[in-house]
Amino acid sequence: MRYEDLLHPTPKGLYCPVGDFYIDPVQPVERALITHGHADHARAGHDTVWATRQTLDIMAIRYGEDHCRSAQPVRWRELFGLNGVSIGFWPAGHVLGSAQVLVDFDGVRIVASGDYKRRADPSCEPFEPVPCDVFITEATFALPVFRHPESSGEIRKLIDSVRQFPDSAHLVGVYALGKAQRLIRLLRQEGHNGTIYIHGALKKLCDYYESEGIHLGPLAPATVDGGKKGDFAGAIVLGPPSAFTDKWGRRFPDPITCFASGWMQVRQRARQRGVELPLILSDHCDWDELLNTITEIAPKEVWVTHGRDDALVRWCTLNGIKARPLHLVGYEDEHE
Amino acid sequence: MKDFATLLDRLVLTPSRNQKLALMVDYFLRTPDPERGYALAAITRDLDVTSVKPALLRALVAERMDEELFRLSYDYVGDLAETIALVWDAEQRTANKNGLSPQDGQTGAAPSTPPPSLTEVVETLNRLGKADAMRQLTVWLDLLDASGRYALLKLATGGMRIGVSARLAKLALANFGARHIDVDIIEIEELWHGLDLPYVDLFQWLSGQADKPSHRAAAPFRPVMLANPLNDGDMRKLEAGHYAAEWKWDGIRVQVTSEAGVRRLYSRTGDDIGRAFPDLLASMDFEGSLDGELLVGRPADDGALAIGSFSDLQQRLNRKTVSKKLLQSHPVMVRCYDLLALGDTNLRGEPFEERREQLEAFVPQLDPTRFDLSPLLPFDTWDDLAEARKNVPHPVIEGVMIKRWDSAYVPGRPKGPWFKWKKDPMIIDAVLMYAQRGHGKRSSYYSDYTFGTWTDEGTLVPVGKAYFGFTDEELKQLDKFVRDHTVDRFGPVRSVKATMDFGLVLEIAFEGIQRSPRHKSGVAMRFPRVSRLRWDKPTREADRLSTLVALIDSQTV
Repeated sequence: MRYEDLLHPTPKGLYCPVGDFYIDPVQPVERALITHGHADHARAGHDTVWATRQTLDIMAIRYGEDHCRSAQPVRWRELFGLNGVSIGFWPAGHVLGSAQVLVDFDGVRIVASGDYKRRADPSCEPFEPVPCDVFITEATFALPVFRHPESSGEIRKLIDSVRQFPDSAHLVGVYALGKAQRLIRLLRQEGHNGTIYIHGALKKLCDYYESEGIHLGPLAPATVDGGKKGDFAGAIVLGPPSAFTDKWGRRFPDPITCFASGWMQVRQRARQRGVELPLILSDHCDWDELLNTITEIAPKEVWVTHGRDDALVRWCTLNGIKARPLHLVGYEDEHE
Repeated sequence: MKDFATLLDRLVLTPSRNQKLALMVDYFLRTPDPERGYALAAITRDLDVTSVKPALLRALVAERMDEELFRLSYDYVGDLAETIALVWDAEQRTANKNGLSPQDGQTGAAPSTPPPSLTEVVETLNRLGKADAMRQLTVWLDLLDASGRYALLKLATGGMRIGVSARLAKLALANFGARHIDVDIIEIEELWHGLDLPYVDLFQWLSGQADKPSHRAAAPFRPVMLANPLNDGDMRKLEAGHYAAEWKWDGIRVQVTSEAGVRRLYSRTGDDIGRAFPDLLASMDFEGSLDGELLVGRPADDGALAIGSFSDLQQRLNRKTVSKKLLQSHPVMVRCYDLLALGDTNLRGEPFEERREQLEAFVPQLDPTRFDLSPLLPFDTWDDLAEARKNVPHPVIEGVMIKRWDSAYVPGRPKGPWFKWKKDPMIIDAVLMYAQRGHGKRSSYYSDYTFGTWTDEGTLVPVGKAYFGFTDEELKQLDKFVRDHTVDRFGPVRSVKATMDFGLVLEIAFEGIQRSPRHKSGVAMRFPRVSRLRWDKPTREADRLSTLVALIDSQTV
């Protein structure tokens, strides 16, 4: 059978007609396989959802227990059947519980990797390469300019700045799921043992990571009533980026705006957002990691989902790898 | 290089002056000589290295990577040096088929040669010719990380923009020094032009490890005395008889110093700007130091100097070289305010009255086509002066200066002895026509506004641009108005709906207006800013172009 007959893009998302299921559908469907808990991949309102236990937990935290009629937890690396199609979940290294989905039917193996990264991340399971005919890859940072530096160096930048500006609060914009917890873990690894302050929007997910055995150290809410401005001098405060441009951000003394994102590689991006201390820290592959992953897995075809597909397809073509863009819609660029 | 690159990255993105200072002080404290000296020179733009053409770099990358991938990258980033810094070893890394390192880190063996220091970069580049410099650059690019490559490329192409003035860097030096010794910026400014790269003796002194560098260059900069603004009513507390007054000319405040054969023209921040004014330097055959205003001035029939407009002066600014033609058509001169030194006598401790007397005797001895005396304004009461301020005799006068007769020449902006009393700005009502996105923190806002006035035929003609004067809250309202009422787009510029019946009227304040053949409207304003948003005013009631033209004539009476 042709690969496209097993899995192909539709307006609702990637669809498998043989098994009659979708992967990360953007609209409510009967059967959904969800790769990870970010809002653009995991939506509420499906009938039956297959996902890792952690992804289901995260969806329940975000949307409530009733986000679907039936939640089917899937164990790592265990194959199960769906209308005759064999399915398995392997770690993707993106956020806690994030998975690549293997779809295997009639000798054709397709891996939909969802979002993934290859960096060490002390807050989730590492990516595992899975042999396949078609590897479906994201392309969020698929340009040769995106070369994420070592995470520890980026964390040192933040710690150095806290030393340089002991009277300032460092306000770090982070995505609530994954980036926040990873940043906290990385700070702990670099020896920052003090209390880290978090915006209320981060609390539930931090608590959840903690309950999953990912220790985050002392955290405290950054929203004390009746507090004084000086209370947060020298503090590291994490919150969604939008919170800091809001009135909420005014409580902090001499704030220094930081933003942890792969986009911070490009100076103009930092300038546009008014970021004073960019931290290049991404939960996606950079250019090298994308190419290395494709080289390592050596699939017969590469399909490129959301992001900068033109450069990645170009590179594949130059290197004799069959590649095509899928033009999936509805997925965001690392949640800007 | 890494620490220097980090400092640059931080300085460029840090808007706060105090935080910039803290970053520089911290760097000076943690960096040894001579590295910190070269960094200082890079910041103050006193670093001159063999430069490399950006086009050559472009060619270098083309050899290394696919043209199409480079194009996509460059399109995305927009800055050539930054693109090259980011993509530099992309092909090499991806050519590495040794598989992955699952560790946080990159594939490929660590280079055995350490990356170069800033010192090594500067000293090597200055030794090498252009061709060798290019070869050396590629070696270094391989050894540095992206941030280091960016700093290197900006250094080597001469495109470094850090957003730190030379004065702020000197203030950082003073703050650094104050941790070890008793020093202030004035001492550093005085010393600056006698120092050589990489400023080891300066840093040793500021660290308390050596005496103050004794080598004093001839014709040093003497830190300038500045005035405080005078607000209406302030003068009721002042005794008119204790003060002298003179016009405040709107040129470039300069210090003209000629000592022991060394001739220097300093800006008020201590930058040596003499190279752009060879005509003036040639006339500085005296021993002493003058404070005055640099203006364009041509000898008139009566022997006095006729002052040119500010746009005349602009022709002479920011030029590295000046053509003969321009030297003749736009000669510069100095209108003298004060005498700081005469021969080898320092006059700064003397009262203004005494210095003025010496100045009046001194200036007539100088080349009359290049130097004249700023006349004092006779007045008995503050009302007399207010009357004079209302009727300035020349458009290049921006107000009056008030100086206490007994004031010594004190560097900085001491409270009390000197005041500036600017004329009231001119005001017009204009209609918003185009808006452009701003830069830095304003890059998501339409913050640069082109405004127009009505012709007799009833069409709008652009008369100026303004990008300040409004509050942050007003900026948000303006931005929303622009986005909601865009009728056309040209790149970053939006054309905004503006008709007789619809549009936004901006009250524009400005310091002066003159004819300008370069502009379609034929007029050019000085220092225009948005002083009020006139949501209430119908566009048809905005001012006419003919009103502006009439203003030009009214101010030269």
